[in-house]
Amino acid sequence: MNFIKASIQRYQLGSLLLLVLLLAVVLPLSLDIFRLNLVGKYLTYAFVAVGLVMVWGYGGVLSLGQGVFFGIGGYAMAMFLKLEASDPVSTKIQTTPGIPDFMDWNQITELPTLWLPFKSLPLSLALVVLAPMALAWLISFAMFKRRVGGVYFAIITQAVALICTVLIIGQQGYTGGVNGMTDLKTMLGWDTRTDGAKYVLYYVCVGLLVASIVLCRWVQTSKLGTLLLAMRDKEDRVRFSGYDVSNFKVFIFCLAAALSGIGGAMFALQVGFMSPSFVGIVPSIEMVIFCAVGGRMSLVGAVYGALLVNAGKTLFSESFPDLWLFLMAGLFIGVTMAFPMGLAGLWEEKIRPWWKSRRQALRDAAVKRPAAAAPVVPTATPSEPTLPDGVGSQRA
Amino acid sequence: MSNTDFALAVEDLTVSFDGFKAIDDLTLYIDRNELRVIIGPNGAGKTTLLDLICGKTRASAGSIKFNNTELTKMAEHKRVRLGIGRKFQTPSIYENLSVFQNLEVSFPKGRSVFGALAFRCDDEVKNKVQAIAEDIGLADKLDTEAGLLSHGQKQWLEIGMLLMQEPELLMLDEPIAGMSARERELTAELLKRICQNRAVIVIEHDMAFVKQIAHKVTVMHQGKILAEGAMEKVQADPKVIDVYLGH
Repeated sequence: MNFIKASIQRYQLGSLLLLVLLLAVVLPLSLDIFRLNLVGKYLTYAFVAVGLVMVWGYGGVLSLGQGVFFGIGGYAMAMFLKLEASDPVSTKIQTTPGIPDFMDWNQITELPTLWLPFKSLPLSLALVVLAPMALAWLISFAMFKRRVGGVYFAIITQAVALICTVLIIGQQGYTGGVNGMTDLKTMLGWDTRTDGAKYVLYYVCVGLLVASIVLCRWVQTSKLGTLLLAMRDKEDRVRFSGYDVSNFKVFIFCLAAALSGIGGAMFALQVGFMSPSFVGIVPSIEMVIFCAVGGRMSLVGAVYGALLVNAGKTLFSESFPDLWLFLMAGLFIGVTMAFPMGLAGLWEEKIRPWWKSRRQALRDAAVKRPAAAAPVVPTATPSEPTLPDGVGSQRA
Repeated sequence: MSNTDFALAVEDLTVSFDGFKAIDDLTLYIDRNELRVIIGPNGAGKTTLLDLICGKTRASAGSIKFNNTELTKMAEHKRVRLGIGRKFQTPSIYENLSVFQNLEVSFPKGRSVFGALAFRCDDEVKNKVQAIAEDIGLADKLDTEAGLLSHGQKQWLEIGMLLMQEPELLMLDEPIAGMSARERELTAELLKRICQNRAVIVIEHDMAFVKQIAHKVTVMHQGKILAEGAMEKVQADPKVIDVYLGH
């Protein structure tokens, strides 16, 4: 029992359980499938936000190009689905049946070599994780070994995001161009557009997200997590304690990229298309905002950040489409100025202490009242000794 | 360069920044079990010398050998793994971590990415942390956040972090800067204890402190060695009096 309690505290499972309860029970029961599918879409961004907690919050490396990895994961999934949707029967009116429609429009008559791995589902799923990691490794290895960091790294990741968008849009015949990949229908014959499939995909998404959070929490509590915090504080001291600092940064960057890739794949599955508008600079910065609003040191907070900002986006952009970007910018600046640790920081530093002191005050009052009723020795009012955290709740 | 019996052999070392030679053709040998103090006026190149040995700065020419292994082309973390520890001038500790974590992170195991993921803080680590914490007088502060320590305690903590790695060569840049008289005494005792079985290089300005701890003193001036030997001999040297002690 004590062991369970200790590990709940160590891995902060309490807040995670609350999140699971919300995502797996409360939301599915209270929302219709259309809204739930929207939540599922927001949750795919939460994968990126969780990755950003690791790389930005813990690693101290701000990446403004996470959309790239989200996109690669998404495209890897979408390419598989697109190939399945482009079987020779349903594409028989094309000049070349059996290839995706946009290829046919662009006078491509044969499936490009790049597309061949996406005929197989296991290979596609592997590439959802491995392809973003490979690119992340390439970028981060080149940068961190040369000790490029801070603003310079952020600018380079932004440039990568821009390059990727230009590349995707420019290579229409291979990528579907600005429209992206549309009309994704089935996965191994299973129709992903039905309500039932949407429920299943939603739960898969929640499951993967929770697993990702647990994985990240495990990394945080390992020595590597401590080292990341140490590096953020005094990088030279870590280096001169015998660590190859760049390797740790490369690792955490690749981890974040892999998570983003999974998010992208879940996006393609749940939303039914993938386009370059989720790859470029603007979506990448939006993802940083989700993380900042939720709290860049809190994995669970990042999920709430992604949910709230996206819900706000849907709500406001329906009524005031022109104002939304200004509101978003205002939110980002406001949050970083007023509470730099985001909603999670607000909770930890303000709401919880306030709640605790309130409970303490109530308990004190409850103790004092019977003491006051006995007027014989009024000075001997027993004062409640202050208890360590956790003990108080057992007595209450 | 020939091999030697010294722990550290610096030969014909030169480094120039845009033509200015911060270290100029310097040769220096440090024995095992020796505590060497380097003194000299500001800008003499003392800190630069330590930077060159630990790899923070790259040498323009010359050789640095540690136990007969050439260091000049080696990456910083590899030099540390050979057994070279360096304390920086301003206390360089992880302010947001506890004293225990500061020492734990410095334990020389789990230094690779996957090693760090698999690292477990077992009894060996805990005992080592406890022993070092007692040595540096912070045994009752293990759970304190390091940023809350006094300046002197931060200096000790950084020395402790180096001791966790059992270095064969320990380089301390102004270890008593900002310390009270009592703290200085304790530090002198600490240094005398820790120079067993290892070579120690200390940069220091405080002459009373130098006299207390030094086996041998090297005086640097404009990137070169001006004098070397026992404290009394160096203090009596007219050249030294002229550039440094006389002022």
